[in-house]
Amino acid sequence: MLNPFVRIASDETVTIIVNHSEMGQGVYTSLPMLLAEELECDWSKIVVEAAPVDPSYNHTQWGVQGTGGSTSVSSEWERLRKVGATVREMLIAAAADTWKVDKESCQAQNGRVIHSSGKHLTYGQLANKAATIAEPKDVQLKDPSEFKIIGKPLKRLDTPEKTNGKGVFGIDVNIPGMLVAVVSRPPVFGGKVRNLNADKAKAVPGVKDVVQVPSGVAVVASGFWAAKVGRDTLEIVWDDGDNATLSTDGIREHYAELSKAPGIVARKDGDPQQALQKAAKVLSSEYEVPYLAHAPMEPLNCVVDLRADSCEIWTGTQAQTLHRIAAAQVAGLDPDKVKIHTTLLGGAFGRRGNPQADFVVMAVQVAKAIEAPVKVVWTREDDTRGGWYRPMWHDRITGGIDSDGNIVGWRHTIVGQSIMTGTPSEAVMVSSDGIDETSVEGAKDIPYSIPNIVVDLHTTKIGVPVQWWRSVGHSHTAFVVESFMDELAHAACKDPYEFRHNLLANQPRHRAVLELAAQKAGWGTALPEGHSRGIALHKSFSSFVAQVAEVSLSSSEEAHVHRVVCAIDCGRVVNPNTVEAQVQSGIVYGLSAALYGAITLKDGRVQQSNFNNYKMLTMNKAPKVEVHIVSSQEAPTGVGEPATPPIAAAVANAIFALTGNRIRRLPVEIKELKKV
Amino acid sequence: MAEKSDQESFLKVKLNVNRKEYTVAVQPDTPLLWVIRDEIGLTGTKYGCGISVCGACTVHVDGKAVRSCRTHVSDVVGKEITTIEGLSADGNHPVQKAWIEEDVPQCGYCHSGQIMTAAALLAENPTPSDEDIDEAMSNNICRCGTYQRIRSAIHRASAMATEGELKK
Ligand code: FES
Ligand code: FES
Repeated sequence: MLNPFVRIASDETVTIIVNHSEMGQGVYTSLPMLLAEELECDWSKIVVEAAPVDPSYNHTQWGVQGTGGSTSVSSEWERLRKVGATVREMLIAAAADTWKVDKESCQAQNGRVIHSSGKHLTYGQLANKAATIAEPKDVQLKDPSEFKIIGKPLKRLDTPEKTNGKGVFGIDVNIPGMLVAVVSRPPVFGGKVRNLNADKAKAVPGVKDVVQVPSGVAVVASGFWAAKVGRDTLEIVWDDGDNATLSTDGIREHYAELSKAPGIVARKDGDPQQALQKAAKVLSSEYEVPYLAHAPMEPLNCVVDLRADSCEIWTGTQAQTLHRIAAAQVAGLDPDKVKIHTTLLGGAFGRRGNPQADFVVMAVQVAKAIEAPVKVVWTREDDTRGGWYRPMWHDRITGGIDSDGNIVGWRHTIVGQSIMTGTPSEAVMVSSDGIDETSVEGAKDIPYSIPNIVVDLHTTKIGVPVQWWRSVGHSHTAFVVESFMDELAHAACKDPYEFRHNLLANQPRHRAVLELAAQKAGWGTALPEGHSRGIALHKSFSSFVAQVAEVSLSSSEEAHVHRVVCAIDCGRVVNPNTVEAQVQSGIVYGLSAALYGAITLKDGRVQQSNFNNYKMLTMNKAPKVEVHIVSSQEAPTGVGEPATPPIAAAVANAIFALTGNRIRRLPVEIKELKKV
Repeated sequence: MAEKSDQESFLKVKLNVNRKEYTVAVQPDTPLLWVIRDEIGLTGTKYGCGISVCGACTVHVDGKAVRSCRTHVSDVVGKEITTIEGLSADGNHPVQKAWIEEDVPQCGYCHSGQIMTAAALLAENPTPSDEDIDEAMSNNICRCGTYQRIRSAIHRASAMATEGELKK
């Protein structure tokens, strides 16, 4: 092996070992592009393999192996190009040594090393020898002007297997002797089994066993269907525990009350209180967003083969290192005895990086109890009701403007649960005074020049497990801040675009995407009768995004988003094809949530269960998304998430322009869309 | 583990999947989806919701797009079942080719169902309008939001295919 990241076979196949999970974002293409750019290999010979768990595959910024935070490209930008260059130099050295010539008289090109005399050897012929050559230190990386691959809209390498049924997701894994289990979990978070009668379940044909595990009651069968039928016939009396009375209404009341008093200060500049007293006009609003399930298309699942001294796991995980440690703990093994095979992920959006490894732990528990290889599959209902949601948030925000339309004072109080507390990121992400960075991200760092500002936070403790959901805190703060900016613009009798633009004198990259989106969308030009536009701007994961949404009300008085024009500055673009796809994806994801998404609770129970009552945007409702990428020489920044945050506000602002209704609670309620 | 014999309650069923005969022993009301995936071992057909709302499990039964999660296996005996694996010999159905050209899939999980639905649409209507596409495709959920490229790919498949190819 030449390097942990690349193998070259005698048939010229170049296997690139990718250490980030492919969950749709295109890393099985963009990361090989980085390596191949320097390796000078033949792109058509590349095969991608998922990395095993090993420190050599750790995220360069996190120190553990995992995928998230829109960081795959930025994590690997330097490293994989260096790997490519290093291996290329080893191949050149191998050729030079074979020919007994100077390395300087050789060059690498399209999978071959060519000598100045014209003779050449292929990478396949050189690989074995190259592997014996010491790795050169300090390889020289190309100047970006010489890039041949980076920046090109290459097609994804994983498309064929995703169009012919051959791609293997976790749920598709089948190993010898494997049984399938479906687990009944408490209907209330934190509940416990009080009484179990499994007689009926055990009588279901195909059911092999019913076992109680710490996460619930597992029905184990020869296949999914028997396990599911068995699970549905279990008679369980649950002890609901402390969360039996939780309800969305109750949480709402509690949060609204908390928001009346200031919380712990996350940012304070100037004297906001005095500025608000003196302002020509003061506006105050409350906003609320609900719990949201990630609902990846592939429900959670995990295959485990647990032996006395080893454990092999097949699953679509975003957190290999953490999940291996968690699995090892349950198995009673050393982590290095646990092997994880990362499959394709049928969507993840953060869920598959669960900080407690819930879906992995549960599967290991079942495997341990039944002493046989097992695939634990979550039904869609299990997935929807399984918790680990985007938190519900309540915001109270007050802004004051002077007579020229400048914002003179700003007070933003945020109420909600901490995502990072209790996770391995707590030490880094939660300050000693209790500010979880992700609770205030996008709110405390708003780009507009406001001399007097305070952003404070009430962190609540509610028995609903919460987690990072595509764009984390930004999914909430962008909606609140950018909606409220629109409120202030209208209060100042200013055009919402101009209003923002004026306040961005010191923010050139924000301003550039705002201008680009507005210009491409024809901001200010006439629209068909009954249509309107809304604009929003947000920076997240170090990328800058502005969106203009064009909206009308359909005959059923539902908001219909016809077109979204999106400008993004994500630094240097590795693959514009996948950037475009991710921006479209992020917008549809955010729009599903804005128009339909809500997980609500009553009597401690989640009221939604499946796609019939936790609705998703479908094709007939999907806007045409036009993506404009700012050309940039800066290092690459996030792409998978940054398009999600602004869309809710862009749409809500368009709805206001059309109807005069200000949307302050998501999802958009149809009754709010009546013309006023 | 408890041992018990399930054999007597299972029914032997003959199925024609991708022009191949399979005999499986199952409960007659087992959804076709789980017979295809767990008994026959063809895993290209996906489970997304189990209640007929997402389309991930779409297969063809006698050429028509059908949701296999809500189709009892006993109802398709003697019929011609086609899954994504059998849509074409080597991934070269016009819809599959168009999907590759347009680089449609992201996570890819929904696309067996999307492709099977699109192929059934084109077999019936080789030159669908945007409205026809909306009508046929709007019960297939894609959580990655690939709708725009799905639409382009259907138009592309329509443009590049001869009618014979679409009818298979
Ligand atoms: S799994 Fe059949 S429609 Fe969703
Ligand atoms: S591509 Fe991921 S669900 Fe459609």
